[in-house]
Amino acid sequence: MQALSIHGLAKTYKNGVVALKGIDFDVAEGEFTALLGPNGAGKTTTIGIVTSLVNKTSGTVKVFDYDIDTHMDRAKSCIGLVPQEINFNQFEKPFDIVVNQAGFYGIPRKLAKQRAEKYLKQLSLWDKRDDISRNLSGGMKRRLMIARALVHEPRLLILDEPTAGVDIEIRRSMWDFLKKINKEGITIILTTHYLEEAENLCRRVAIIDHGEIIVQGRTRELLEKLRTETFVLNLRKPLAQLPPLDGYAVTQVDDTTLEVEVSKSQNINGLFELLSKDDVQVLSMRNKVNRLEELFVRLVEGKG
Amino acid sequence: MTASQLAENIGASRLRANYIGFQTIVIKEVVRVLRIWIQTLVPPAISMTLYFIIFGGLIGRRVGEMGGYSYMAYIAPGLIMMSVINNSYVNVVSSFFGSKFGHYIEELQVSPLPNYLIILGYMMGGVVRGILVAVLITIIALFFTRLHLVHPLITVSVVILTAVLFSLGGLINAIYAKKFDDVTIIPTFILTPLTYLGGVFYSIHLLPVFWQNVSRLDPILYMVSAFRYGILGVSDIGIGTAYAIILLFILGLFCISLWLLNRGVGLRS
Ligand SMILES: Nc1ncnc2c1ncn2[C@@H]1O[C@H](COP(=O)(O)OP(=O)(O)OP(=O)(O)O)[C@@H](O)[C@H]1O
Ligand SMILES: [Mg+2]
Repeated sequence: MQALSIHGLAKTYKNGVVALKGIDFDVAEGEFTALLGPNGAGKTTTIGIVTSLVNKTSGTVKVFDYDIDTHMDRAKSCIGLVPQEINFNQFEKPFDIVVNQAGFYGIPRKLAKQRAEKYLKQLSLWDKRDDISRNLSGGMKRRLMIARALVHEPRLLILDEPTAGVDIEIRRSMWDFLKKINKEGITIILTTHYLEEAENLCRRVAIIDHGEIIVQGRTRELLEKLRTETFVLNLRKPLAQLPPLDGYAVTQVDDTTLEVEVSKSQNINGLFELLSKDDVQVLSMRNKVNRLEELFVRLVEGKG
Repeated sequence: MTASQLAENIGASRLRANYIGFQTIVIKEVVRVLRIWIQTLVPPAISMTLYFIIFGGLIGRRVGEMGGYSYMAYIAPGLIMMSVINNSYVNVVSSFFGSKFGHYIEELQVSPLPNYLIILGYMMGGVVRGILVAVLITIIALFFTRLHLVHPLITVSVVILTAVLFSLGGLINAIYAKKFDDVTIIPTFILTPLTYLGGVFYSIHLLPVFWQNVSRLDPILYMVSAFRYGILGVSDIGIGTAYAIILLFILGLFCISLWLLNRGVGLRS
């Protein structure tokens, strides 16, 4: 079954901004999908329509086969949302925020309190349960919103940039947590600007730009599409003149740094042989950028 | 289980879920009123005490009787109603606007709770505050004058219906409000004048006929009169008319707020 099925979804805001130009986007049950795109691509708009925070202009949205036009309440019950911006009452306590949210979904108070305890503990917020939420750190606020989104045990969890402004350590523990609940059967969609995140976490990605989905598919297969990779070489000694390196696209960045573009069909050993012949010693080598990022840039640029 | 049984079950659990959701809003709203009691309950107590001292005590002594009662006894019901109107309205307008402003209205928007229950939930917050304030002001009034309560049922029902009406009014105000100023405009420029002109301080029979007729266009007149009738047994207008007008307004305001929420006015772009 499809956890989310979007067809021909278009959105024009009242001020005339065309945020979505009729996108098709499907997520199978159990998947872990990233929605990637630059600022203003239309990610939050898409999520807003799915979670009924934004009115659509046209198109259809189904959540576990419930059409949001005809079975809104069923569709809503299936979704947990972690929004991009903080949207809880900052003067309330984390525990109350989570318990009340459960109440809005019709969960009896007693069970709501048990669930709130369970999820606040899982997100390491239990000792903060009675603090005023405003005093939580940014990362804690995000985790509070994750706990709140899970309290009615949704089948589909949607996270809009959950790790924005979160430090590496907490980001990693968040990743582990999301992987765990995905394994337990929750379908996850997340948007992110950290491409490493998508590559690490998501089996599938959809790339959106200017309100259109440019490409979607398995993360690994999309990476295969990348024919070339760029390596950065650090040299032991300054290089006055770049030696001829036939067959390799090399650019000299500064006197001890080279950048080499290597295609999948090429052999990187050959490059080192040529360099050694000219007595150029390579100290270290690294990938220039995250590969997905490269793909991303290429796709986005290729279009525009 | 047959398909119809299944459907029934889902229907029943939906109903129960809706009730829990509604209850959650009401509890949250009532807790809010009590938590910030210094802002919600103390100000009306102070200002009404001043009204009783100045208008009832000092000036009232010179006014003499009105409608067959001491001036203090005559304005007491009016002042209670004035507090109810103000407080139920302000409660919903500020609470709902606050939840829009802080974006936590989205917690309700993403939930499966139907809009009519969101309306009723917020409304209940205003009604509870209205009733609390009514009780408070009544107690204060008893320090200054004796109140008989001629028709208890009318008295209580009119207070509740008035609180319902103005809570709904506050909700509609909040739906349209875009900034904090928009929350105070209606109470200041419409509610207060209509209340003062609605016979809180005088019987409209004191007015020239023309102004009496103009006063009859003011819906608050009917509520204040009906309430006064409940307590004192005297009224400027017919009690049936008063109920009809109050109920009509409630129905109208409820339909408008439901329509606004269903359209997502002020909430969904
Ligand atoms: N309420 C609104 N009214 C008018 N235009 C809007 C509104 N919300 C978003 N937009 C516009 O719609 C476009 C898509 O915005 P959206 O928030 O969906 O992007 P996004 O992909 O989530 O970006 P980001 O990564 O910065 O969060 C942008 O041009 C934005 O300016
Ligand atoms: Mg966004």
